[in-house]
Amino acid sequence: MSQDAKIRLDHVQKKYLGSKAPAVDSLTLEVPEGEILVLVGPSGCGKSTTLRLINRMIEPTGGRIFLDEEDVTTVDPDHLRRRIGYVIQQIGLFPHQTIAQNIATVPKMLKWDKARIAERVDELLSVVGLDPEVYRGRYPSELSGGQAQRVGVARALGADPEIMLMDEPFGAIDPITRDRLQNEFLRVQETLRKTIVFVTHDIDEAIKMGDRIAILGEQSHIRQIDTPERILAFPVDDFVRDFIGSGSTLKGLHFEIVDDNVELDPYPTMTVDSTAAEGLALARAAHADWVLLLDASHRPLRWVPVDELEAGGPVTAESGTEVLAKVSLGATLFQALEQMLVSSAAVACVVREDGSYHGVVRLTYLNRVIRQARREAREHYERLEAMA
Amino acid sequence: MSQLTPAQARLGDHGTTTDGREPEGSLPPDLEAPHEPGWLTRARRKHLGLKTAPLGILGLAGLVFWYYQSLNLAESKVQIASPLAWGTKLWPQTVEHLTIAFWSTVLVVVVAIPLGIALTRPPLRRFGPTIVAVANSGQALPAYGLLILFLSMLGQGLRTVVVALVLYALLPVLRNTMVGLDAVERSVIEAGRGMGMTRWQVLTRIELPLAVPVILAGVRVAMILNIGMATLAYLIGGGGLGVTIAVGLKLQQDAVLVIGASIVAIVALTFDWLGALAETYLRPKGV
Repeated sequence: MSQDAKIRLDHVQKKYLGSKAPAVDSLTLEVPEGEILVLVGPSGCGKSTTLRLINRMIEPTGGRIFLDEEDVTTVDPDHLRRRIGYVIQQIGLFPHQTIAQNIATVPKMLKWDKARIAERVDELLSVVGLDPEVYRGRYPSELSGGQAQRVGVARALGADPEIMLMDEPFGAIDPITRDRLQNEFLRVQETLRKTIVFVTHDIDEAIKMGDRIAILGEQSHIRQIDTPERILAFPVDDFVRDFIGSGSTLKGLHFEIVDDNVELDPYPTMTVDSTAAEGLALARAAHADWVLLLDASHRPLRWVPVDELEAGGPVTAESGTEVLAKVSLGATLFQALEQMLVSSAAVACVVREDGSYHGVVRLTYLNRVIRQARREAREHYERLEAMA
Repeated sequence: MSQLTPAQARLGDHGTTTDGREPEGSLPPDLEAPHEPGWLTRARRKHLGLKTAPLGILGLAGLVFWYYQSLNLAESKVQIASPLAWGTKLWPQTVEHLTIAFWSTVLVVVVAIPLGIALTRPPLRRFGPTIVAVANSGQALPAYGLLILFLSMLGQGLRTVVVALVLYALLPVLRNTMVGLDAVERSVIEAGRGMGMTRWQVLTRIELPLAVPVILAGVRVAMILNIGMATLAYLIGGGGLGVTIAVGLKLQQDAVLVIGASIVAIVALTFDWLGALAETYLRPKGV
């Protein structure tokens, strides 16, 4: 047990009166400060119950809950909840209060003075991307679903809680708006560094939002808890594998970055100054069917096929086909793969910030990266097992 | 607080979102302006009714006044002149009538709203159906019988009338209080509790304000019931405008009958209008 866990559940159990099996059975979990932990699992697995145990909207029937190593299992739940932001799928804005009054709910209960509350409301509206001038006096019925959930998040952030609990916050929002809200939330979180427990049933949302993911089975038993990369690279059992579903390898590519530490494949390149014969020699040497033509400042220009070089003639900016597939350093391998699929040479050109040629990504390279990620994840779990 | 400022700056220089659209422009057009200005929206029609109703009531009152003047009481026979004397009969009876209706409505509100609140709280929830059934039977009994029943228990007088009317008019307020509170969305209550509001705060700041329109509608119904039922108060010596109506019936004087009944109608219409006014202006904004 590390001592710096922001949230720690110790053998927490919830058993409803009159049911034999507990809804949450002896759950032990730690969330370090500043982390987004996503609880994900099939419906009915108790993930929402688990979340509501943390702020004691549901009272646990066993075990202990610690926040900042302070045992909060028996403190006044109302005071406890004022320290914890809470966002739910249905949002639950108070329809008879303005947006400003909604956001001021917790600060008002904590008896902040009026000027400070007003300042805070405007600040939070800006944080969630709503213009305070326009929105602070509106009523919830005047908002779209996406705007309402922005206000829901702002309200949860009201008194600047260190911990946020989010129960499928973007679940009822259309996919395009959801994607945008997720991105914005992640960007805000980069600065705020709240400790967040996030519940979803959507594995893709979990992969996107989570620093770590806990995949829960029946009765909130943790089947696997780890970073999204490792879970994708090495699902520990069939339950997890089934839950992640197909395409986990592809999803894993989102986490691999094209950067300087990775050795990229070389590719025969030539400039507009060189002759066809020189290019042909390079291609032959590398057993390549194409040569990449660079311009004077070393930017990728055209793919020139070997046949064209064999035919001789001058190599110009019109030779071959255009270079469509370019990714910059820092892009994910997923983006690189997408580019490879449209490239005539089936490789993605990696360019530096100034647009100059850096290297290429090929299928064999992806294959190498994936296998390495899997090996590392497996070794990680073998080490854990050896320690246990 | 200060740690938020960088985020603000970030969002600020991030004028457009991932797909390049302005964040504000993202809302669907149908939600941009939820209140389309139609010529006669339902709300406006209602306001129209609110504004024209007093004219109708005043017109009716003017008509009755003209009729009353045309009777020329000073020269008419005693069967008409005596019961229609304004200073000694009609005005005191109107005051009595309103007193009965006022106290019975106040008592209904004082009893039924707290009862309705209590019966929607978890510990007492299971008694709800039973109590509603009792209140229901109070209304199912003939008002006449109810009055006689209380006469035998409490004796004659205004107090007995008020007690009987309270039982009679309890149901609409009780039921509307329970319905109004139950209609508050669970998610709104859940959000309030989740932010650390106490049960009392959730009740007083969220549930009751949201239930106000429904509760007020119940109170309005109870008030009108009480004004109507107060005409029966004369049966057990409670007074009120029922006396004039009864006299008109007994002496077969249509003028007395018409004037007595008209004043009851004017009083009832006036208070119904005041009720409508309260419902409109006490409705929480944004709902």
